Amino acid sequence: MRRSMLFIPGNTPNLLMNGDVLGADSLILDLEDAVSPAEKDSARILVRNVLRDLHYKGCEIIIRINPVETEYWTHDLDEIIPLKPHMIMPPKVSCAQDVKTVSEYIGRLEEACGFPKNTVKLIPLIETAMGVENAFQIASADQRVAALFLGGEDLTADLRCKRTKEGQEIFYARTRLVCAARACAIDVYDTPFTDVNDLPGLYADAQFAKALGFSGKASISPSHVAGINEVFSPTQEDIDYAHDVMETIRIAKEQGKGVVSLRGKMIDAPIVERARQVIEMEKAMFGEVEEDE
Amino acid sequence: MNIKTSAAAGTLESSDAYVMVEPSDTLEIAIESVVYNQYADQIRAGIEQVLDQLGVKTGRISINDKGAVDCVIQARVETAIKRAGGEG
Repeated sequence: MRRSMLFIPGNTPNLLMNGDVLGADSLILDLEDAVSPAEKDSARILVRNVLRDLHYKGCEIIIRINPVETEYWTHDLDEIIPLKPHMIMPPKVSCAQDVKTVSEYIGRLEEACGFPKNTVKLIPLIETAMGVENAFQIASADQRVAALFLGGEDLTADLRCKRTKEGQEIFYARTRLVCAARACAIDVYDTPFTDVNDLPGLYADAQFAKALGFSGKASISPSHVAGINEVFSPTQEDIDYAHDVMETIRIAKEQGKGVVSLRGKMIDAPIVERARQVIEMEKAMFGEVEEDE
Repeated sequence: MNIKTSAAAGTLESSDAYVMVEPSDTLEIAIESVVYNQYADQIRAGIEQVLDQLGVKTGRISINDKGAVDCVIQARVETAIKRAGGEG
């Protein structure tokens, strides 16, 4: 389950130490924008040691490395891959070749470490106009790609427009990324809402992202995590309905019925699939649930 | 690896440590810590482990610890030494 992702600057020990008590499903330990060029070496070694010695409970670990056009990204991977993070987030991915370049390098490190192939997944950060246009090629570039991630701040700079709370300027990019990711049967994550003090704005932005089809949303502030988790979790009403759907299907099969309805609405394959997804989320949130009688 | 020049790493913020390394003919480790009485031996052992791994035999290592855990202190020591050895 990955609803919320929290960025943690890679060179700040006090935040790194407490990452797993902040409520996020995933932590993105950042070696890129949150770290000045003079401290890249320091952050890389610190994050490596933290991964080696600390055990984040119940949190997925994602490392945002530096872009492939910099001198840093191979050094980042050299230090980090042996610690087997769940995912690597390469930033400013603009084409399929960017993904392949990173994936091949990770593959060599995995082999040297004796890890099974594709142990470490990729979540490319798409934050350029070219990246948005190439979203499907990026999503389908390599088996290692497990999700796409939209970066709104750099994207709007590249688009030469102002980043607003309403987000009209990134609407096209959001829908394009959702389509590309879903076409490849992978997840897709929305850009952070950057006004840390505007919680109503965060809720509205997260609800809109969910409505578009995003799997979850990132945050740059721990204060946004609970809101994101709430928005991207199924409601009790959703959960109850999902169980009703599955129960109705079960009874219909027993009775040999081909077509069934619930609450006056025909239950077709997409409704069953959505119900299955809600129950999966319920299991992830609360543990295994008892089957309905 | 040799400490060829003076170099530093880390900060004086809470949970961090500021590490300064300088060339010296002998090995000297100076520790200043908010938890010195409780953890000085453990901090020293962690530093010596890093020096061992990097093959550092001589140098002056000064640590100002602000309550950092071992892996943070070790990271800052390694960074400072690599910077002082021309790898920074």
